[in-house]
Amino acid sequence: MNDAQLHTPRSTPAAEETTDKVVIRGLDFFYGQSKALKDVTLSLRAGKVTAFIGPSGCGKSTLLRVLNRMYDLYPGQRAEGEVLLDGENILAPGLDLNLLRARVGMVFQKPTPFPMSIYDNIAFGIRLYERIPKSELDGRVESSLKRSALWGEVKDKLSASGLSLSGGQQQRLCIARTVAISPEVILFDEPCSALDPISTAKVEELIDELADAYTIAIVTHNMQQAARVSQFTAFMYLGEMVEFAETGAVFTSPRDKRTQDYITGRFG
Amino acid sequence: MVNHTVRSYDKDLDALERRIAEMGGIAEKMVIDAMDALSQADTALANQVITTDPRLDALQRKIEEEAILTIARRQPMAIDLREIVGAIRVAGDLERVGDLAKNIAKRSLKIGIEARVPRAIVGLRHMNDVATELMKDVLDAYAQRDTERARAVWERDAELDALEDSVFRDLLTHMMEDPRNISFCAHLLFCSKNVERIGDHATNIAETVFYLVTGEALPVERPKGPHEYDVHPTGTEIP
Repeated sequence: MNDAQLHTPRSTPAAEETTDKVVIRGLDFFYGQSKALKDVTLSLRAGKVTAFIGPSGCGKSTLLRVLNRMYDLYPGQRAEGEVLLDGENILAPGLDLNLLRARVGMVFQKPTPFPMSIYDNIAFGIRLYERIPKSELDGRVESSLKRSALWGEVKDKLSASGLSLSGGQQQRLCIARTVAISPEVILFDEPCSALDPISTAKVEELIDELADAYTIAIVTHNMQQAARVSQFTAFMYLGEMVEFAETGAVFTSPRDKRTQDYITGRFG
Repeated sequence: MVNHTVRSYDKDLDALERRIAEMGGIAEKMVIDAMDALSQADTALANQVITTDPRLDALQRKIEEEAILTIARRQPMAIDLREIVGAIRVAGDLERVGDLAKNIAKRSLKIGIEARVPRAIVGLRHMNDVATELMKDVLDAYAQRDTERARAVWERDAELDALEDSVFRDLLTHMMEDPRNISFCAHLLFCSKNVERIGDHATNIAETVFYLVTGEALPVERPKGPHEYDVHPTGTEIP
């Protein structure tokens, strides 16, 4: 398989209509001396969900952390190569990181509500970036909670602590918080691994809905989840992008033997 | 192929494959026996074919049940998913082959005593030999995951279609020669159609094998034989 085939998803009619929101080219990533990503090249399509799968330590979470320069918070970590968001290289020095993180939101594995009220959990982020009147703020909080399918469950207790919610609700609160500042790209790092099946289904439904308006990348250990929620799937192994294709193709007839062995449970 | 980390998964898949092999063996023998019963007017053999069929039906059900259970329990992906879907499809084809053989056996019981033109059966026997060969080849192709062999079966089915064509004309001639042959020959016509369909099922299995191994489908259009029935839409060209 040549490089072009490896990095261009086998196309589908639907796929051809969309544009690339994020283009990653020749990305290397280092934790000090050790290289965690090796020459990764792929694109995230606008308005689509791209899933990253692979065994632990394959670099999928690292890749996600590059997309909003999360790694900048830690010394000794560096990325080389190109990551273009709407054509602009986000790895360039001097980039406004706060602005980048407003455009590229992230939802983590464990729900991490702030120790404040449900209302403030959402309003906090908005206040960081914008100065808007209270009435408008109320509206934004409500619409964010509605978008994340939590409004019905919390509308009567907006002043209760975010920590009083169940795990699944907390995770949806975190999604609402992310959505509130109107990002363009949302990164999900194993968003359901701590949730029960019903909460998982709700989050998946949410991802489905959000995909219309945002570009989404999701890292998951649950292969069925990747198959359910994504349109494109990337399989990573030992820091390399092994296979990147349309999700249906990856899960029914993967081209690379390593992909096949991994998704059918024949690894190691 | 490397084994699954969960070994009982391999056992499930092996069990499915063994049952398909068992079905294949039974179906193949039924096809051969049915034609022997027909050409030798052997009622005992014909009855044996008929009583074998329920075994094939039961096996098909068993395979379907196990396949569905495996899907529910293990959420198979990629090659495993194709194996399981393949097993369901092949079992369905083999079950139909059994039905067709049974139908030939039943007809042999009906025409046993009035076998008027033994010559008419020769062409049919030849057809059946080809169909049996296709069945054997395609079952081997399935067992060995051999796409070349599967493709060869898929291409050879045209041969069977051509033979059916000539059997058809042959029987038509017999019927026109002597109207008393009509009932007997009509039965044989159905038998030839059955054999031709057995070939179609062999082709289906060949397509399944190809998909199972490669993840891709064979083309929709199969190679066709040079002959078509010499029956003009208006019926004017019947020889």
